[in-house]
Amino acid sequence: MGPNFLDNAFFRNIYCNLSESDDVRCSGGGWLGDGLLPGGFEWLAFLITAILMAAILITLVLNASLVFIWAERRLLGRFQSRIGPNRWGPYGSLTPIADAVKTLFKEDIVPAAADRWVFNAAPVIMMVPSLMVLAVIPWGTGTFLADLNVGILFIIAITSLSTFAIVMAGWGSQNRYAMFGAMRAVALLISYEIPMAISLLGVLMIAGSLSLVSVVEAQNVPFILVQPLGFLVFFIASVAEINRAPFDVAEAESELGSGYHTDYSGMKFGLFINAEFTATILSSAVIVAVFLAGGRGWGFLPSQAWFILKMVPVLFFIVWTRASWPRLRIDQILSLAWKGLIILAFINVAVSAILSFIWPAPSTSELWLMAAINFGVLIVSVFAISSWFGSGPVSTPRMSHDEALPRPRPAGLSAGGDS
Amino acid sequence: MPEGFDVKWAAVVIGAGVGLMAIVGLFMTSWFLSPKRPSEDKGVAYESGIRPGEFRWSQINIRYYIYALLFLIFDVEAVFLFPWTITFLKSSDIVFYEMLVFLGILLFGLAFAWRKGALSWR
Repeated sequence: MGPNFLDNAFFRNIYCNLSESDDVRCSGGGWLGDGLLPGGFEWLAFLITAILMAAILITLVLNASLVFIWAERRLLGRFQSRIGPNRWGPYGSLTPIADAVKTLFKEDIVPAAADRWVFNAAPVIMMVPSLMVLAVIPWGTGTFLADLNVGILFIIAITSLSTFAIVMAGWGSQNRYAMFGAMRAVALLISYEIPMAISLLGVLMIAGSLSLVSVVEAQNVPFILVQPLGFLVFFIASVAEINRAPFDVAEAESELGSGYHTDYSGMKFGLFINAEFTATILSSAVIVAVFLAGGRGWGFLPSQAWFILKMVPVLFFIVWTRASWPRLRIDQILSLAWKGLIILAFINVAVSAILSFIWPAPSTSELWLMAAINFGVLIVSVFAISSWFGSGPVSTPRMSHDEALPRPRPAGLSAGGDS
Repeated sequence: MPEGFDVKWAAVVIGAGVGLMAIVGLFMTSWFLSPKRPSEDKGVAYESGIRPGEFRWSQINIRYYIYALLFLIFDVEAVFLFPWTITFLKSSDIVFYEMLVFLGILLFGLAFAWRKGALSWR
């Protein structure tokens, strides 16, 4: 077992040029022959190759977030019957670069009352977890830094670190709006972490492993078909976890200034914004790897190209979600998580457990059968939960100052109407 | 060449290190390029034009705390569920039913919290 990237021709060549490894995949040497470094220095070859690969991946993802910012603004313009950015470059495609340069040239203001250490550390802690997730995503054959045997758990654990960053930003700014935004964000993030984790359990039962590479290998039928309910819950929870509309109460610009990053300026503000878009790209990558069979496709394109091609509709769908729904209130968001998604995720776990009890190692035809059953479960359970949500009186939370004067609810106010 | 486990985690740490260096690089570029003209008014917290009062943090609704408590219970449960999903097919049948009992107790807890009104925002 050498490093994972030996399955990729490009990185295998670099590694084998440098080291005198006795790995079978290195037997032909690299382009330049074999062993430029003396024996015993395989670790240095590994270090150089891994740094190079991490640098390439990080650069690509950071640039992809710039492309995504442009694409999102153009698409939102189209969705809202306006043109969108069109001044700088063809179809406005250089706008995010202009934004980035502007951000670099802005003064970095730290409020006088701020807790300086906490305030400065927050954007870094926001950004680094996103970039750590990048290491375990299988972008294609051999195109990943590490195939961890706890891959999915690692992703869930690392992405929840952004909760700390948001609390630190809100607390460190010593700003009312920032603190409100941070508190809302924490309630939202921790509530959606549970359905997000539980919705993946059905996938893991079929794949029989927590490693993302094995999950991709197990997908003879894409898991979006085999686990439709799990996909639905995971998609909603990921959109919430990355703080995007309709779950963007943490930075609701019409009520909180800009939420937890109100007081940030310059490059720190830029990092917060970039972390949001990077997280969007990475969670769409996780969705592709777990539910859309990762880099698997037909032979005429390399696996990396398949992976990116599959990410495009997921990202488009996330933008479409943002354009279609208004922002939910915090109590609606939390009750959707606790009363809706957690129940749906548990139904999914129960059904998948029973199904994988019947078919312990499913063949492709058994996977299709599972898909049929799970689609039935999806339709019934989503219909049941959503019709339950639509019934009952409309709950409007009262502010504490008018609690003494209970207002009579209008008699004609019926179920479901958001009057 | 170190084997298996170490190599993988070393790769993750290297990835994090490269990411950290990219961020530090951005900060340094911004430090060299940006103007630095501090003034008293710039240091005031931005609250949409109103001068912030003496007491800068406001009270936070107690509901957030209750959600945090519920989260702790269910997150620990999720951590227990992850190894179970991988191993229950290889173990005896009793493992499967035991976890169903465990889930039942937790769902009863959720139903209790729901009934008590911990999940509604009043």
